Amino acid sequence: MTTAHGHSALRPEQATIPAGHPWNRVPVISAGCALAGVAACAILGAANPKQFFFSWLVSFMFFLSLALGALFFVLIQYASQGGWGIVLRRIGETAFAMLPVMAVLFLPLLLGLHELYSWTVPGAAEHDALLRWKAPYLNVPFFLIRAALYFTIWCVIALLYYRGSRAQDVTGDPGISARLRRFAGPAIIVLAVTQTFASIDWIMSLTPHWYSTIFGVYFFAGSFVGFIALLSIVAPAMRRAGLLDTVITAEHLHDVGKLLFGFTAFWAYIAFSQFFLIWYANLPEETIWYKARLEGSWTTISILLMAGHFGIPFFYLMGRTVKRRDWALAVGGAWLLVMHFVDLYWQVMPTLHPEGVRPSALDVAAFVSIGGCFVAAATWLIRRQALVPLRDPRLAESLAFENA
Amino acid sequence: MGLLVNRLPPGPYYGILAEFATPADLYHACEHVRDAGFTRWDAHTPFPVHGLEQAMGLPRSPLPWIVLGMGLTGAALGFILQWWVHAAAYPLVISGKPYFSWPAFIPITFEVSVLFAALGAVFGMLALNRLPMHHHPLFRSKVFEQVTDNAFFISIESWDPRFDPSATGQLLESLGARSVELMESE
Repeated sequence: MTTAHGHSALRPEQATIPAGHPWNRVPVISAGCALAGVAACAILGAANPKQFFFSWLVSFMFFLSLALGALFFVLIQYASQGGWGIVLRRIGETAFAMLPVMAVLFLPLLLGLHELYSWTVPGAAEHDALLRWKAPYLNVPFFLIRAALYFTIWCVIALLYYRGSRAQDVTGDPGISARLRRFAGPAIIVLAVTQTFASIDWIMSLTPHWYSTIFGVYFFAGSFVGFIALLSIVAPAMRRAGLLDTVITAEHLHDVGKLLFGFTAFWAYIAFSQFFLIWYANLPEETIWYKARLEGSWTTISILLMAGHFGIPFFYLMGRTVKRRDWALAVGGAWLLVMHFVDLYWQVMPTLHPEGVRPSALDVAAFVSIGGCFVAAATWLIRRQALVPLRDPRLAESLAFENA
Repeated sequence: MGLLVNRLPPGPYYGILAEFATPADLYHACEHVRDAGFTRWDAHTPFPVHGLEQAMGLPRSPLPWIVLGMGLTGAALGFILQWWVHAAAYPLVISGKPYFSWPAFIPITFEVSVLFAALGAVFGMLALNRLPMHHHPLFRSKVFEQVTDNAFFISIESWDPRFDPSATGQLLESLGARSVELMESE
């Protein structure tokens, strides 16, 4: 129907976590988990530092990709002046507000550069013509400068959009939306470029001889699937917890499900394109990356990704009913979030364990450490803020939204 | 489907055509016609009226299933065609790959699947709408010429079990129809 729904605005108390709600305890619980995780990392990692750094890298890239996916989700809504997703925007804003936290969680990796990236070992390029040729880009000082640049840019964009949205809650100034919309286009371009180079630096250079020009897009596709999958879990979970249960409707979940379905197919398209060209051209310096992943037990993970990151969710999410039922969408989201982790694990770990899949307790410890920090900080942040942008000029449109 | 089933009601009357002044009038009239239990009827508007399918009580279209079936058929045919050409009928070594190199088949499998799904969508839609239909009894109504312009109509066909030439007309009048017309068959 058109506009006659009677939703005009929300009262702040409808959109905040009430005192005494169980979710108020999540920050403390998560922080406790993070502390336990860090302790486990310290104990186990001391014995096996190489495994620790690789495990940390996988989990770091996982949570970083969720925050970057969230930033893209919000920017694209500003740029397109989208109305439907306003009630979901603060979930995205909270996730990308974790980028400064991720910058701190990046620091442990700097202690293990030699363990992770063979090209950083002094003298690595001496007898290696290809590494010598790549040295103007692949050298430690420039690597550090770039990392600092990525995090500075991401934190500036995140802060700009987070503070703008929060300021609008107070002032109700529609000019804030207009200003943030003007920045959104350029910000998306900057985000795309920095995200591309970050994925090259932190994942692709694990195999320094290898290169794939589509790798940045591959990382982006995974990160966006990751965030939408997270959204598919968080939005239904909030409804079940009695938060925004009348605000987020099946119509909003339906659109989240469409994005999840669409970008699952997009991920498959990009992942296959990368594989296909390398497989067909059959150039040794390119095929080496896939060769490592099509040997031994890594083959199983490769097949799992084809079926689990594409085939199964593609058919599962195709129908309308699944997207509109909160628990069914959350099941799809949880499945894809796991697959997104497996995807990153499969990108990183064969460098450490070319002989086959070797799960480690440090994988769990690093995941709990970083995930605990991420969840603790995010839930601590939403405790103090409205769960939707209360005075966004398009809020009424989002509240009344229906799929045609 | 349009070619196989009877598209127009038999008998002396096609049905009743009622004109409404505004989309809101039409919307409410549709709700009443739906609740009165009519099944063979339609609404005609110059532009899409949001939510009208709920007001009419229309079931969801079976078109998505047709598209899915056609897409899967296309994918299977595309894949089997390439397997047959490359591995069975005329095996050639191409760039040192095995005859049955399935990754090389994926782009064409995808394309044929999209082609079949798109054809299924277009022709499935036409068939479900009983199109093409070159003439329709409603076209003989003078007021119906405004249906693409500024008028809103409900037509109830005579083969609806609840259809009655006079009672149905009175119902539509009571729902605020600006004019009610009993349409004869060809």
